Amino acid sequence: MRTDVGTDRRGLQVTNLVKHFPVKRGLPWSRPDTYVRAVDDISFDVKPHETVSLVGESGCGKTTTAKLVLRLEDPTSGRISFGGKDINMSRGADLRDYRASVQAVFQDPGSSMNPRMRAKDIISEPLFINQGMPRRQREERASELLEAVGLERSLRDDYPHEFSGGMRQRLAVARALSLSPSLIVLDEPVSALDVSIRAQIMNLLKDLQERLGVAYLLVAHDLATVRYLSHRLIVMYLGEIVEAGPAEVVFTNPLHPYTQALISAALPARPGEESAGVILSGDLPSPTNPPPGCRFHTRCPVAFDRCREEKPALRELTPGQKAACHLY
Amino acid sequence: MPRMLPNTGSILRPPAAPILSVRDLRVSLYTRRGEGKAVDGVTFDLYRGETLGLVGESGCGKSLTALSLVGLHPQPPARIVAGEVLFDGVNLVQLTSKQLRSYRGKRIAMILQDPMTSLNPVLTIGDQLAEPLRRHRRLRGRDLTARMIDVLKLLRISTPERRLNDYPHQFSGGMRQRVVGAIALSCEPEILIADEPTTSLDVTVQTAYLALLKNIQKEVGLSIIFITHDFGIVAKMCDRVAVMYAGRIVETAPTAALFDHPGHPYTEALLNSVPDVRMAPKRLRSIEGAPPRTYDRPSGCSFAPRCPYVMPHCRDRVPPEVEIAPGQAVSCWKHT
Repeated sequence: MRTDVGTDRRGLQVTNLVKHFPVKRGLPWSRPDTYVRAVDDISFDVKPHETVSLVGESGCGKTTTAKLVLRLEDPTSGRISFGGKDINMSRGADLRDYRASVQAVFQDPGSSMNPRMRAKDIISEPLFINQGMPRRQREERASELLEAVGLERSLRDDYPHEFSGGMRQRLAVARALSLSPSLIVLDEPVSALDVSIRAQIMNLLKDLQERLGVAYLLVAHDLATVRYLSHRLIVMYLGEIVEAGPAEVVFTNPLHPYTQALISAALPARPGEESAGVILSGDLPSPTNPPPGCRFHTRCPVAFDRCREEKPALRELTPGQKAACHLY
Repeated sequence: MPRMLPNTGSILRPPAAPILSVRDLRVSLYTRRGEGKAVDGVTFDLYRGETLGLVGESGCGKSLTALSLVGLHPQPPARIVAGEVLFDGVNLVQLTSKQLRSYRGKRIAMILQDPMTSLNPVLTIGDQLAEPLRRHRRLRGRDLTARMIDVLKLLRISTPERRLNDYPHQFSGGMRQRVVGAIALSCEPEILIADEPTTSLDVTVQTAYLALLKNIQKEVGLSIIFITHDFGIVAKMCDRVAVMYAGRIVETAPTAALFDHPGHPYTEALLNSVPDVRMAPKRLRSIEGAPPRTYDRPSGCSFAPRCPYVMPHCRDRVPPEVEIAPGQAVSCWKHT
């Protein structure tokens, strides 16, 4: 399952990435009983200026992938490179460079901020750590960033608890932007926000991308949000990629039965708009012991014998759209 | 079998008397910051066999409204200040907590958001399912087991006889929420209050759960108050909707009417700000600002500070409720 990396070395490239978490029931020094295969041999890339989304049910490995990209976890095997450099081999200045160019916005803006720091300090701390920028300059930059995310300069001396949920998420976006990164990992950026606030943040993210050319790696479970924001879509199931392609192509013509089920399970925007698609029965099998063959065959409405034995390869079926399914 | 309401606006109001009537319910929170009018004069009816959606953002008072119907609001800080909750000729607000217990779980049941917090982790599913049946139905022994298995079957839990001795952690999230549903429906309640029951579930599991709930409603004839912030769930589940904002109901309407011609600017703005998974994206119109906090609500219409149609007197006086179409009542000065 190797994607063609091509000649474009800018942006993020993930190749044959694997992350297995050991599960131990015995003594701390004993050998692990088994492994949770959170991410199992996935490859994809994120080019500059584009939004790539990882979707799937909880436990499919999308958040683990995001953590690996942020180097908050180390991969079991595989390679993540950014601008042509392998980030897992990076040390010292190279690693600092990487951390400066790849930033993150998390689900709950409240818990990703120090409650004792003022807005300006939260936003400008990365500038101090990474560039040692002097205070006066940092404060000026913080004010600019506040304006860039649609907050008033006068709020710079406020503490996080004085902000509402939506404003706090704007603050998190401002902090992520402070080092002018080329990639921001967005882990469920709007799901903790109120309905009336979500559109504000989604529009903000879109506008910033247009203005600054930043790329996003979006992890989200709400497909409507995903469709609104993404250029390309990667559908994951039990640690593997089952389908990938341009977002509009995948949404209008999903090939993999899992993608089809996921899209038809999405709630309608108006009454009577429901698609008569398949309702998946059963739950996600355990990632410690994934089913043989195609991992989806236990829940697949169209599974046949071959699916139970042979693992389907991820192949390009229409231009730009890949799926791993024996149907094609 | 009670009459089912079709999911259209063409049937106006069912002629039958409502099964539950809430009249001018006011619940306040008393804390150091003073009195917070969390539920500020809520009025609605629930008819037999229908699903009424109670929609709103966090802090709008929808959950507190639901909890206070059956006296489960946290006291302190919450206290019912005024209003009536009429069920079967009885005003539930005036009952003692002991009297309320013969309604709660028996005739009015609840499903809460997170199944892990409504199940006791150290008791088996059987223990927890038996509790309401022993108390309200006085079932014992073989009858009790038979009923428990029936209810688990109703919620489509496979091999229920073998699962009675399992603990909550042995079930997946979706199954756990079904167990909670089984406990709620065990005594055949007339009303089910579902407070965001699918928020913690995955989309695929959510869809299956909602479909199941709808089937059961048809099978046993149940009136449901469905609390949610998600218009997708409303579109899928509800016959009628009440939209709440800052402690008040700003619009009540049949579901189809609400989506076709929302009457309140808040409803309209909310519907415009939700992306549609089945359509190519076009730019969302967001609502500027944020909902007012419970302790400093504006005078007049609470939505006035964010409303695109705001007029000077909106900020002074609370708008009265006006019926703008059959069954669709809106509290907005635009319609007066």
